[in-house]
Amino acid sequence: MHEMAITQSVIQAVCDRMGDQPVQRICLEIGTLSGVVADSVRFCFDLVTAGTPLEGASLEIIQPTGKARCRDCGAEFELNDLLVLCKCGSANRELLAGEELKIREVEVLV
Amino acid sequence: MCATCGCSGSAILEDHDHDHDHGHDHEHGHGHGHPETRTVTLEQAVLARNDGLAELNRKWLAERGILAVNLMSSPGAGKTTLLVRTIRELGAELRVSVVEGDQETVLDADRIRATGAPAVQINTGSGCHLDAQMLAGGLQTLDPPDSSVVLIENVGNLVCPALFDLGEQARVVITSVTEGAEKPRKYPQMFRAADLVLLNKTDLLPYVDFDVDAFLDGTRRANPGVEVLQLSATTGDGIDGWYGWLRARLP
Repeated sequence: MHEMAITQSVIQAVCDRMGDQPVQRICLEIGTLSGVVADSVRFCFDLVTAGTPLEGASLEIIQPTGKARCRDCGAEFELNDLLVLCKCGSANRELLAGEELKIREVEVLV
Repeated sequence: MCATCGCSGSAILEDHDHDHDHGHDHEHGHGHGHPETRTVTLEQAVLARNDGLAELNRKWLAERGILAVNLMSSPGAGKTTLLVRTIRELGAELRVSVVEGDQETVLDADRIRATGAPAVQINTGSGCHLDAQMLAGGLQTLDPPDSSVVLIENVGNLVCPALFDLGEQARVVITSVTEGAEKPRKYPQMFRAADLVLLNKTDLLPYVDFDVDAFLDGTRRANPGVEVLQLSATTGDGIDGWYGWLRARLP
């Protein structure tokens, strides 16, 4: 389960940016095609944040859905997994959304 | 948990000493005048730290003219067998050294060293993948010569290694006919990450129910245009395609 390492990376990145300011809330973007399971991140979060400035913070996760543009016919379409073909039958698509794996914002005490 | 004030959610409202308009009840024993907070937009990639270290590895390798290839598969697909054969047949020409990733034991590094090639074993413990920092440590220990090839055998796992850039120049996904043809459909993230897909153990095709066309179709859906080579690391059938692919990537 790489979500433990992913969640640790979140904590590390926030501490690098915010120092030891207590974090009240954190908002992540985890796209549905990112390969990271949001529920598993939620599961790890309390464990990984214990003893850090994020301990007790509320965790929000936004999950953008997958969107792609077909390189053959130009159509844009939504996709729930990486195996969906364009209606024209092409697998040659450019992903426009769904692979996000980022920290959007944090709310810290002032 | 209430996203507005952070107090835990599902219990029953008994006493509330602050105003809020969100529609749920919660139990309060704590007095809270909400502390002042500010929101800081970060818009930062979660794996930025790993990606930064991976870029340093990539630069380190490029400065020395070293080709590093990240080999990923499920356990038992034949990565180590492929490496042993590759070293025996190409080791002198390409000066191959190996970084071995496993959760435990030095068994694979021992198999590689038996060929005479330098190898370093990284044990990830409970970790299920190599990351850029582990590879940096491995490269320091291995100290590969300039203009050589480093083959990185990632931890056997078709999920996690796909997410972690190591700084390698190419990613190879190995799967075998004994695993079933549906692997690209079940693990599209991994197949999407591949620069090359190797279908191994083709010598066993007469004995297993493996639909090569279904495998190729699944691979194409996950990663259109990716090159797929069919081979047997045991018998050597088709192995020249793999050697040609490696030679073509030498700096």
